Amino acid sequence: MKMKGAEAIIASLEDEGCEVAFGFPGGVMIPLYDALMDAKKLRHILVRHEQGAVHAADGYARATGKVGLCMATSGPGATNLITGIANAYLDSVPIVALTGQVRGDLIGTDAFQEADTTGITLPIVKHSYLVQDPSEIPQVINEAFHIAGTGRPGPVVIDMPVNCALGELTYSHPERPDLPGYKPTLEGHAKQIRAAAKALVEAERPVIYTGGGVVSSGASPELLDLAELLQAPVACTLMGLGGFPGTHPLFLGMLGMHGSVASNYAVHECDLLCAVGARFDDRVTGKLSAFAPHARVVHIDVDPAEIGKNVPPLIPIVGDAKRVLARLVEEVRARGPEPERTADWLARTQKRREDFPFHYDEEMTAGELAPQYVIEQIDEVTKGDAIICTDVGQHQMWATQYFKYRFPRQFISSGGLGTMGFGLPSSIGAKVGRPDKTVVDISGDGGFQMTMQELTTAVCYDIPVVVAILNNGYLGMVRQWQDLFWNKRYSHTDIRVQPDFVKLAEAFGAFGLRVTKEEEVAGALSEAIAAGRPTVIDFRVRPEENVFPMVPSGQSLDEMIGGHAPKKRRGKPSAADDGGGAS
Amino acid sequence: MKHVLSVLVENKPGVLTRIAGLFARRGFNIDSLAVGESEKPGLSRMTITINGAEHPIDQVTKQLHKLINVIKIRDLDPEKTISAELMLVKVRAEGEKRSDALQIAEIFHAKIVDVDRNTLTLRVVGTTEKAEALLALLQPLGIVEIVRTGPIAIGRGRG
Repeated sequence: MKMKGAEAIIASLEDEGCEVAFGFPGGVMIPLYDALMDAKKLRHILVRHEQGAVHAADGYARATGKVGLCMATSGPGATNLITGIANAYLDSVPIVALTGQVRGDLIGTDAFQEADTTGITLPIVKHSYLVQDPSEIPQVINEAFHIAGTGRPGPVVIDMPVNCALGELTYSHPERPDLPGYKPTLEGHAKQIRAAAKALVEAERPVIYTGGGVVSSGASPELLDLAELLQAPVACTLMGLGGFPGTHPLFLGMLGMHGSVASNYAVHECDLLCAVGARFDDRVTGKLSAFAPHARVVHIDVDPAEIGKNVPPLIPIVGDAKRVLARLVEEVRARGPEPERTADWLARTQKRREDFPFHYDEEMTAGELAPQYVIEQIDEVTKGDAIICTDVGQHQMWATQYFKYRFPRQFISSGGLGTMGFGLPSSIGAKVGRPDKTVVDISGDGGFQMTMQELTTAVCYDIPVVVAILNNGYLGMVRQWQDLFWNKRYSHTDIRVQPDFVKLAEAFGAFGLRVTKEEEVAGALSEAIAAGRPTVIDFRVRPEENVFPMVPSGQSLDEMIGGHAPKKRRGKPSAADDGGGAS
Repeated sequence: MKHVLSVLVENKPGVLTRIAGLFARRGFNIDSLAVGESEKPGLSRMTITINGAEHPIDQVTKQLHKLINVIKIRDLDPEKTISAELMLVKVRAEGEKRSDALQIAEIFHAKIVDVDRNTLTLRVVGTTEKAEALLALLQPLGIVEIVRTGPIAIGRGRG
């Protein structure tokens, strides 16, 4: 069928099953936006800044498991996507970024709104295309979605010169692409899986350490089977939250810098560490040489380059987490695991979980709510069923500690890049993808101000997200480091000069609430959810609350601070049974 | 230890940039890189030499493999590899130096490809070691300019 390039772009996107695009037009995008008016299946959501588009596409992808799509014009439109593309790259999120480009014959002349988009994005994409001719459009879009969504997912950029959108081509839906240089290994090596099964059933102190790969490959049921079969405790990364039910008795919590005492000590003491879809990031391992010092390591990852990058595993398995775990479960079952083998170990990790829960000072005064309490209430009021998006900083860490994630794709947060401003736009994307779920963006007063213009988007398209700002008047995480490591010299972290967030919400046409008292928290949350419209709640929380426990940067996981048992004075080492508590 | 990687890539726009960019971003230093068309239409072959002591060669090849346009990578075993590079070298050749230069050229089977009153330009093809040996002998005469392709390499036999 003969059609215009712009029409072929829409047809190709719809053929990929793409339902929604988050974008912002511009000069070279006019032909495409013109064709969008006649699109039958593809819906477009106009954001108010391109960064909002890419984070929304990211949130949509994380919430649904589908490939997210964002669009921006050439030059500044494309450069405004950069942060979000890097964010998706570091967290392995499948998105396609379609950027306009100046006419092919003008490329390289420093034309108006020209930027070398494929060049600038090169180190932060899984792959990219600069379309040369309209006839390439169907193939390129087909390949881009395939690459973004398979293997280790990631962002793909398609840079589309305006003459390609204006040109003509004969459209036909391409076959699944044959990419000779792209054949992700999905099935794990049978021999390696058998070796891993043997090591697992022989281990007396196993820990399963899971990451985002479990969530993105949909391996949660297999993970649950494996953990229960082995009676092995599970520690997960920030990206792995929700991959294993947070309410399960075998769940130890997040590990790493702000992980739980139970998780960090379990990893420190285990004799076998089975890493699944995780990459031994520095925020997880602390001092690498002291990480899991007694453990034999099994490492399962779809990306061979992750294996051995930071920690050399004894048993590496390259493959898709879901498929490998399914096979591993069979192999373990065939060996007849003896759950008694790990009984002592479980009792020990369990006891530590009970003795050293996350805790905070529950005595609250007006205007100084405990931020942790607000998060517990979000869990309570939503019955643990909401999708939680976050910004980056202290509130994000509390969101990992005080909300129990029960299902995969429930927790949406910027892990690798740590992008402030991610919360609101990603929650918009998540809500668009999962309109059936309550979506709460847990944000800080700092991060919220970075992308708050997207409230307009939420209002315009009637996307009822609840933004819970834990407002402490500080850039809290940096302030915490200044407090702990820099003699309380609060250089440029005081942001008490700030807009009135309630009035601000109202000015945007959203609903605004302020909460200063403990007894108002649950009611305000219920009211916000019932309102069925975009809502901002300004929770006035303790200004100088710190996130504990904490493994200071570059130290070993057993050198946690603030990991004492509740009701003992901070800073005093705990007199726990086996020396498990940190000072 | 020096590693010689033979990398088969799709001949697509930007492929060299992707590879160079990857090396830069991951902090790998390339000793040399030579590229040209291969026996297969649409595919080019690169010979990349890299110091394996500085960088885990395993990480280099795995990261390279992640590039969509990279089809195949071989870490060539030096024992089973034929390697050669092309070098052009311009040396001072005034007076007595001229006959010295000509003699050295002959020993090394280097071709004289340009002559003027003051210089000779030699063209030599061979292993990197041969090129280095030639340069060492020419050094006292005064080297004006050196241009080298860096080695290209191919595995022995087993067609």
